[in-house]
Amino acid sequence: MPDKYHIKTKPVPARRPKIGKVGIVDWREDCAGCRNCVKKACVFDRYRQEAEYIRNMSDMDSIFFQCMGCFSCVQQCTKGLLALSENPVYDRLGNRYWTPAIIETTWNQAETAKIPVSGAGYRGRFTGPGFDSMWTDMSEIVRPTRDGIHGREYISTAVDIGRKPAVLHFNSLSDISNFPLITIAMPLVIDLMPQGYKLSNVIKFCKSLAVQTGILIIVDYRDLELLGNDLDNSLANLILYIDRGAHLPPHSLLKRIRMVEIGDDDQIDKRIRDIKAINQDIIVAIRVEMGADGVARAKELGQKKNIEVLHLVADMNGDQIGVAQPRFIKDMVREVHNFLINRGIRNEITIIAGGGIALAEHMAKQIICGADLVGINLPLLIALECVLCNECNDGVHCPVDVGNVKESYGVGRMVNLVAAWHDQLIEVMGAMGMREVRRLRGEVGRALFFEELEEATFGKLFGTRKN
Amino acid sequence: MVPEKINNSNLPENTRKTQVEQAQVSREIKPAPPRYRNELAKYIINRSDACIHCGKCAEVCPQGVHVLKPGYKLFAAPRLNVCVGPSCQNTDRYCVDLCPQKALRMVENPMMKVLGDYRWTPDLILSTWKMAETGSAPPKEFGYEREFGNSGGGFDRLKIKFPAKAPLEVKPEEVDTTLELNRRNDGRPQIKLDVPWYGGGMSFGSVSNVTQLSKARAAVAFNTFTCTGEGGYMERLRPYDDHTITQVATGLFGVREETIQRVRIIEFKYAQGAKPGLGGHLLADKVTPSVARMRETVLGISLFSPFPFHSVYSIEDHQKHMDWIKHINRHALISAKVSTPTDVDMVAVGSHSAGAHIVHIDGGYGGTGAAPDIAKKNIAMPVEYGIVKVHDFLTREGVRDKVTLIASGGLRNAYDIAKAIALGADGVVVGTAELVALGCLRCARCESGRGCPRGIATTDPKLQEQLTVEWGSQRIINLYNAWRNDLVDILVKLGLRSISELRGRTDLLMHMDYTNDMEPKK
Repeated sequence: MPDKYHIKTKPVPARRPKIGKVGIVDWREDCAGCRNCVKKACVFDRYRQEAEYIRNMSDMDSIFFQCMGCFSCVQQCTKGLLALSENPVYDRLGNRYWTPAIIETTWNQAETAKIPVSGAGYRGRFTGPGFDSMWTDMSEIVRPTRDGIHGREYISTAVDIGRKPAVLHFNSLSDISNFPLITIAMPLVIDLMPQGYKLSNVIKFCKSLAVQTGILIIVDYRDLELLGNDLDNSLANLILYIDRGAHLPPHSLLKRIRMVEIGDDDQIDKRIRDIKAINQDIIVAIRVEMGADGVARAKELGQKKNIEVLHLVADMNGDQIGVAQPRFIKDMVREVHNFLINRGIRNEITIIAGGGIALAEHMAKQIICGADLVGINLPLLIALECVLCNECNDGVHCPVDVGNVKESYGVGRMVNLVAAWHDQLIEVMGAMGMREVRRLRGEVGRALFFEELEEATFGKLFGTRKN
Repeated sequence: MVPEKINNSNLPENTRKTQVEQAQVSREIKPAPPRYRNELAKYIINRSDACIHCGKCAEVCPQGVHVLKPGYKLFAAPRLNVCVGPSCQNTDRYCVDLCPQKALRMVENPMMKVLGDYRWTPDLILSTWKMAETGSAPPKEFGYEREFGNSGGGFDRLKIKFPAKAPLEVKPEEVDTTLELNRRNDGRPQIKLDVPWYGGGMSFGSVSNVTQLSKARAAVAFNTFTCTGEGGYMERLRPYDDHTITQVATGLFGVREETIQRVRIIEFKYAQGAKPGLGGHLLADKVTPSVARMRETVLGISLFSPFPFHSVYSIEDHQKHMDWIKHINRHALISAKVSTPTDVDMVAVGSHSAGAHIVHIDGGYGGTGAAPDIAKKNIAMPVEYGIVKVHDFLTREGVRDKVTLIASGGLRNAYDIAKAIALGADGVVVGTAELVALGCLRCARCESGRGCPRGIATTDPKLQEQLTVEWGSQRIINLYNAWRNDLVDILVKLGLRSISELRGRTDLLMHMDYTNDMEPKK
């Protein structure tokens, strides 16, 4: 058996008290002093931990909120003095897309590197916008696995990045391919942090993460010095981003890296030529922002013979950029994907999709909707206990002090998160009976879409769906 | 009806030796009050310093919320869980208005925001508790929303269309809620349940002994079934053999000839709604001596239940599987429990043709046990779609009346049961609701630390002590009774004589997100 792709992890405890969903409200006056205190009986020992915590409290702005919400103390207190309440701090985390629940589960995964597990069935809404309007499929008796009989340890999550010509072109007998290809072990690249979320040390951690897990990281050429001096070790994991109109990096650098990404404009043909002239083994990706005409542009670029990789980027919530009624990234990518399929050229290019990838399941779902791999950024920042206050930059006060965390903590938490995502990807692929993430791409037969299911079942019975 | 007994003389001696006298459990409804000192209530009444302890409130309240014990000067803590809330304003007994000092104030309990979730709203939890306490539906004045959760889809948007006047006058006592399980006409026993549901599989170890026995006793009382889950046949379940389903799951833990021969139904668990397409994993420290003995494994070694059955890769294999069991127990009915993939209709027909009496589809949103969050939310479709798909396909294939279709996965009350049957199922399996009856409030901590803090899904000896078998059985019996009453009520309002007449009657449903302007099916 060949070596398995495995990410080494170890638990990295949080620096700060967790912000839980539930808090205990405790009225100390009116206590009967019955000595049967239910606080001692807390199954999770939270009251003792709380007392301990308050004794050693060094940071006054943090509150202890680790109640598990079982109501046992509330219901057993002799005088009924205890109550549970929603934690307003928890409620204010994130935004409408990056919900408190997403942030909380990301923190837990970054700490433990484990797949989040809980009991009592599903608790959420039936369906929702974005990625919540689809389910992944599973295998059953008539077709236990899609790819034949295999154990989970044989599931491959590797993907290829680059152009794969439909036919081989022979320059000479020994030179059969004129396009380079990079294979990475997981369908994930680390994208540029969105504006307002750029911290110099985070970039450095991301670089180490990429090196440790064998994935790629996109770094703006202008930020290159932030990576430090030992650039040589990470060149293989680097995708150098060259913005529209920016000068090309020095030849010496371009000759040593494997991939660049360039901002989309009308100069891209010339840019690609220039870059390839310096190093013909470099892969050039085009970063296409999914604005009003993003889909049209992606389709146009997808047909060009000199394009190797398209990186389609929505905003951080996965929405189309700068439109009143934005479409969601998965639908836009699906349209581009289907268009290229119909032209018979989908296999020739690689599509990276980014924006709104917040959970491991989004990675799988985005790939089902036509991307080869996905780009993420914010989840890695959240792994460092970021609360998404949206005000960070070097020099600005950070409520969780991300700028000063230790490298072992930063990289450890990020690696844990990526490992947990990898394990979850294997879980859903195992359930789908898929053996390779390459073949998951565009495999909508292994997914169930809310609109289609509704139409096929309830539409038939109850007429037309309102709004 | 007396269930057809297994002819003991046909059983091998080893199995016969283990058989014991079967327990009898009465269906009698007895109050089973909440086991916590402070019951959670939807409304709370605050008493201010202005109170002069005149006792007026205690005098007017018909529910007995305010307690002024004789010989005491001050009021005891109010019994808020019997307070009906603001609907009391319409009566002439509203304590808040009648208080001469205006010392009382009623507010919605802020803790309701933390209780429950989208699928199990606080109202559903509280009303289930009330049913488990009293054996009947809570009076309307309580104002509980008992029919719908808040998930925004599926059962929560489907509504039963009650006609202004029932097309047929049916007396409640004439309504037939029985469910026939064997439709194959293959010479195996006809098993008829008194109610169209049975209890879901919860294994030894995942829930406490008390929980398992309470479920079993309620099953006896209502002439229905409970299921062992994967993990073996607990010795204490033997007096309930006639109402227990032996589950054969992918790990084959605790499956022996004897456990197959002693029961009337055997269930193959191909997949489960909690984690469709994934296997199970019992962590090493949960493999205690008793668990290891039951599962016939080694102490302290973690146990994997693979996915799928590695002996079943086709319908033909499935048939071989069933033949094997059918041969070992020639009187048992076979159920195939599957989840809801996109081709669940094919699976159902395949299962039927392989010889299953019962096809049990467990939708993706169901489950009680611990499962990866990614699986609970994302894998496989909700059962509402699955039922329609399977029912239609079985009908088109002409075998609908040869198989019993059982649905599960997120059914919470009698309304959900009626909706599932109207969508096309014959009956349902319930799990979470039984646990809620025992005091579960879905904090979802089944797996953390010592296990369930409420003492339901735990093997921790101390935590288990929180409930007794007698109380637990009564709570579930009460809940079952309330559900049966609700179902009868629904059928009477619809003018139907039996629950089987409701099957597939989608014309009696409407979907609140649709125009509902289709021509009624002829």
